[in-house]
Amino acid sequence: MKPTNQKAWLLVLPVLGLVALSAVIPLMTVVNYSVQDTFGNNQFFWAGTAWYEQVLHSERFWSALARSLSFSAIILAIEIPLGVFIALNMPRKGVGVVVTLVLIALPLLIPWNVVGTIWQVFGRVDIGLLGATLNAAGVDYNYVQDPIDAWATLILMDVWHWTSLVALLAYAGLVSIPDAYYQAARIDGASQWSVFRYIQLPRLGRVLTIAVLLRFMDSFMIYTEPFVVTGGGPGNSTTFLSIDLVQMAVGQFDLGPAAAWSIIYFLIILTLSWIFYAVMTRDESK
Amino acid sequence: MTLAWMAWTTPTALFFIGVACVLCGMGVWHWMRPGGEPRVGVLGIATQRGDRLFLTLLGSAFIHLGWIGLAPEGAPLWGGSILSIVYAALVFRFV
Repeated sequence: MKPTNQKAWLLVLPVLGLVALSAVIPLMTVVNYSVQDTFGNNQFFWAGTAWYEQVLHSERFWSALARSLSFSAIILAIEIPLGVFIALNMPRKGVGVVVTLVLIALPLLIPWNVVGTIWQVFGRVDIGLLGATLNAAGVDYNYVQDPIDAWATLILMDVWHWTSLVALLAYAGLVSIPDAYYQAARIDGASQWSVFRYIQLPRLGRVLTIAVLLRFMDSFMIYTEPFVVTGGGPGNSTTFLSIDLVQMAVGQFDLGPAAAWSIIYFLIILTLSWIFYAVMTRDESK
Repeated sequence: MTLAWMAWTTPTALFFIGVACVLCGMGVWHWMRPGGEPRVGVLGIATQRGDRLFLTLLGSAFIHLGWIGLAPEGAPLWGGSILSIVYAALVFRFV
C-alpha cells in the first residue's frame, strides 16, 4: 500500500482551535443552559427536558418556524433564478465588466441594519419613495398595518440585498466555462436554451450549490433587517424564529427555553443544509 | 478562570464525553480496520463512515425530540435512546 503523508492535517489545527472556541464551546454552553433554569447570579437549577417539552408544544414556535421556512423558500425561488438570469446577461468583455461588477456588488457592501433602515424609510407611506408613490398611484400599501405588505417589503428588500451574491457566484461560474464548449455548441447549431440547459447550467452546479446553501442559511437565520423594518409585526406576522428567540432570551431573559429553542433551531438548519448539499451533489458523489 | 459560566451539569458532561468517545472510537476503528470507502446505500448518495455517524447523531437528536414531543407524559427518555440505537444500527448497515 502506498504510504500517505498525513502531515497536512496539522495545517488545519489552527482552524480547529478557532472553531472550538467560536462554535463548539458556545454550543456546549447552550446545551447546558437548555436543561436548566436560572434567575441570574450564575445560579442554575436542573430542569431536565422541561424546556424542550415547552418549546415543542408551543404554537408560538411552530408558527415562527413556518414563517421562517416560508420566507426562505420564497426568497430562494426568486433569488436563484434571478441571479442566474442577471449573470447570463452581464458583459464578459470591455469596460462594462468592471462597471457592472461594482454596481452589482454595491448592495452587498451595505451593513444589514443600514439596509433595514433604508427600506424602513423607503416603504413609509408619508415620506418613503416606495410607500408614498404607491399610495399616490392608488395602491393601498402600508407595511406597518398590512401583513402582506410587510412580507412583500421584506422579500423585496432581501432580493435587493442578496440577489447580487447569487449573480456574482453564477457569473464566476459562467466565465470559468472554456470557450471550447461554446464552439462545439455553435458547430452543432445548438439554440441558446440548449446551451444554457446542457452546458451552462451543469457547469454552474457547484457555485449554485454554494449559493443555495448560503442563501438558505442566511435567510433562515435572518434577524437584523426584518427587526429594523417591521420589528416582527404587524402582530406576529413577520416574527421569524430568530426574532422570537431574541425576544425570549434578551427581552424576557428566559434563558432555558431560549436555549432549547436554539438547539432545535440549530438542528433544523443543520438538517436542511445537509439535505440541500446531499441532493445537489448527489450525482458527482456516485 | 473557572468554567462556572458554562453551567455544566453531570448529565450534559457525560453526554459530551460520550460524543467525544464515539469520535475517538471512529478514529480507532479506521486505524485498526481501514475501509471507509464511499458506498451508495438506500438514500442513493455515497456515504462514508463519518457521514453515517453524522446522520446517526443528527437523527438521534430528532428521535429524542420526537420522543419528548410525542410520547405520553411521563414516558422515560431512554425509550428514545433505544430507538436511536436501533436507528444507528440501520444507518450503519443500510445507508
